[in-house]
Amino acid sequence: MELSRILTQALAELIAPTTAAIALAAIGLNLHFGFTGLLNMGQAGFMLLGAYGFGIATISGAPFWLALLISLAAGALFALILGAPTLQLRGDYLAIVTISAAEIIRMLGRATVFQEYTGGAAGLTGGSFKSTFQELSFLPAPPERGAFGPLEYVFTGSDSWWTRLFAWAVVLIAVVFVWLLTRSPWGRVLKGIREDEDAVRALGKNVFSYKMQALVLGGMCGSLAGMLYVLPRSVAPDAMGRSLTFFAWTVLLLGGAATLFGPVLGSMLFYAVYMLLRAGMREGLEGVVSATMVEQIGGLLVGVTLMLLVIFRPQGILGNKKELAFDAR
Amino acid sequence: MPDETTENKVTEVSDVPEATDVPESTVEALDAVERSETEAAKAAEHVLAAVEPTVGVSKPDPILVVDDVQRRFGGMTAVDVQHLEVQRGVITALIGPNGAGKTTFFNLLTGFDKPNQGSWAFEGRPLGGVSAAKVARNGMVRTFQLTKALSRLTVLQNMLLAAMGNPGENLFGSLVKPLWAGTEKKNTEKALEILARFKLDAKKDDFAGSLSGGQRKLLEMARALMTDPTMIMLDEPMAGVNPALVQSLLHHIQALRDDGMTVLFVEHDMHAVRHISDWVVVMAEGKIVAEGPPKSVMQDQAVVDAYLGAHHDTDLGDDSLLDPAVLARLEAEEEKR
Ligand SMILES: Nc1ncnc2c1ncn2[C@@H]1O[C@H](COP(=O)(O)OP(=O)(O)OP(=O)(O)O)[C@@H](O)[C@H]1O
Ligand SMILES: [Mg+2]
Repeated sequence: MELSRILTQALAELIAPTTAAIALAAIGLNLHFGFTGLLNMGQAGFMLLGAYGFGIATISGAPFWLALLISLAAGALFALILGAPTLQLRGDYLAIVTISAAEIIRMLGRATVFQEYTGGAAGLTGGSFKSTFQELSFLPAPPERGAFGPLEYVFTGSDSWWTRLFAWAVVLIAVVFVWLLTRSPWGRVLKGIREDEDAVRALGKNVFSYKMQALVLGGMCGSLAGMLYVLPRSVAPDAMGRSLTFFAWTVLLLGGAATLFGPVLGSMLFYAVYMLLRAGMREGLEGVVSATMVEQIGGLLVGVTLMLLVIFRPQGILGNKKELAFDAR
Repeated sequence: MPDETTENKVTEVSDVPEATDVPESTVEALDAVERSETEAAKAAEHVLAAVEPTVGVSKPDPILVVDDVQRRFGGMTAVDVQHLEVQRGVITALIGPNGAGKTTFFNLLTGFDKPNQGSWAFEGRPLGGVSAAKVARNGMVRTFQLTKALSRLTVLQNMLLAAMGNPGENLFGSLVKPLWAGTEKKNTEKALEILARFKLDAKKDDFAGSLSGGQRKLLEMARALMTDPTMIMLDEPMAGVNPALVQSLLHHIQALRDDGMTVLFVEHDMHAVRHISDWVVVMAEGKIVAEGPPKSVMQDQAVVDAYLGAHHDTDLGDDSLLDPAVLARLEAEEEKR
């Protein structure tokens, strides 16, 4: 039956590695925007950098955990470079700088000059950087397959149970980490900065340093998310552009900024509904609209959803409406 | 709220007589405030009695010394202070008409703005070019004329945020709760005690954004006290606070001085100034035009000129100035000139 196939596809999106990756990217944005009030409009740039860091390090022979650390370090370094000149200035500057820096990373990635390392516009093929990750698997080796309900994947491989297990484990660790941070006095300083940084300065806190810490941590979430994002596919610079940043923002606002589980819930819901829409259109409007048009209409609907969300439920699903009422100072 | 203020709880803080009735107006509230008779109050009066009431006069034990500070906005000089010393352990009021440069002067001293020239030292340490956060950590803490309540934090969180030296405010320390749980508990006790003094304890779990304008003023002052400042700088602490609370606020400010703190506050209410300050500094058009003890400075010709624009032999501390009819007459006289 068609319907059950569509529903299964949507269900699969709930636990897909990509869903986990975007959830992690949104967790990073949540540290930036939800807790500190920083506008990072270039999370995809952090993701791409993390993906390159992991891919290139692995191809050069680094073991898995070293490659992962390099991926994290790339995100941290990027945050430091972008934050140093902008975090002293008004918030809008960070938004402008991050959006253009993400584009620069993408352009450099596609440039022929670094083709030797980045693979140019074609990127890095999946097979070239995934072996260390798959060797890590303690699940049965391919071609062993496993089914859970209607979902069936190989245990170990690109689009596998192992990739899902790993990706969601990373998300879980990130959630715990954010929980520990945001319930602490450190998290309280971030929230204070979000509300009014001059007031926090007047109380003797080094606002620049806190903003930088938040930017770096959120950026590291972004670069790690980039690594997760490419585990089931290849590193392709053009697949990690502005629209990916835009997806991460939608996910964050859908779930609820400044909430602990908002990014995770938002990502699951977003990808499941997005799949439902596209698969539904493919089936229901077969012959009426082409496959590429389905993608375009899907993208359009995401945009409309984001707008409606910001207008009618700015606090997202998990957010507290009461808190938001004080936004107008 | 109003019925809470009927009780005058402030007597615990400083030894002032019980106010019997709820004051109806600020004037009435102020009449109930008497200069505190503590050792610190008498000492302050005694020390300052020996100081010549002239602009830029040196004080026996200055905590803050300002030299030749200028701030220009375009062609307009907002602040131009030649020399000013603020005596330690006393209440100094900074008064002056709107646009005199008081807030700008506060901003400069506390690192929120950079002067075009000049230097100043706090407890002997030069503070020119020092960041606002470092100034606060040095013990000079200010509040803002336009209150900055952290809206989406609760009142208690606002207070806890202000405490200094919390190990949980370090990124790595924050991950291990046992490292900061004790500090947090101590700070909470202290915060609740201060909140009770400002009658905000019932609101401790409300979002600061839900407080009224006057309550935010109180919260901001309470929050500044959480930092254990050596010197507290209050920009119009009484603006928008109801008469009954003004009365207790004035007691609190005097109590701070009695605890050894130095207070510098900006205030437009002459009566408040007259009642609690030990020394008054008058600014007009960026310059300091007079300083001296409250009683004499209000009669200073330069001060009266600054406020009323011409040559009236009126005492600014005179209650009759609160009467709109008197003010109207003065203005009319001014027009005729
Ligand atoms: N950022 C600024 N840019 C330009 N001019 C400014 C700025 N800040 C203050 N001024 C000017 O400096 C002068 C002093 O302002 P300031 O706010 O210090 O006055 P004030 O004494 O605090 O007045 P009030 O009693 O009304 O609070 C005013 O004329 C004001 O217009
Ligand atoms: Mg002012």
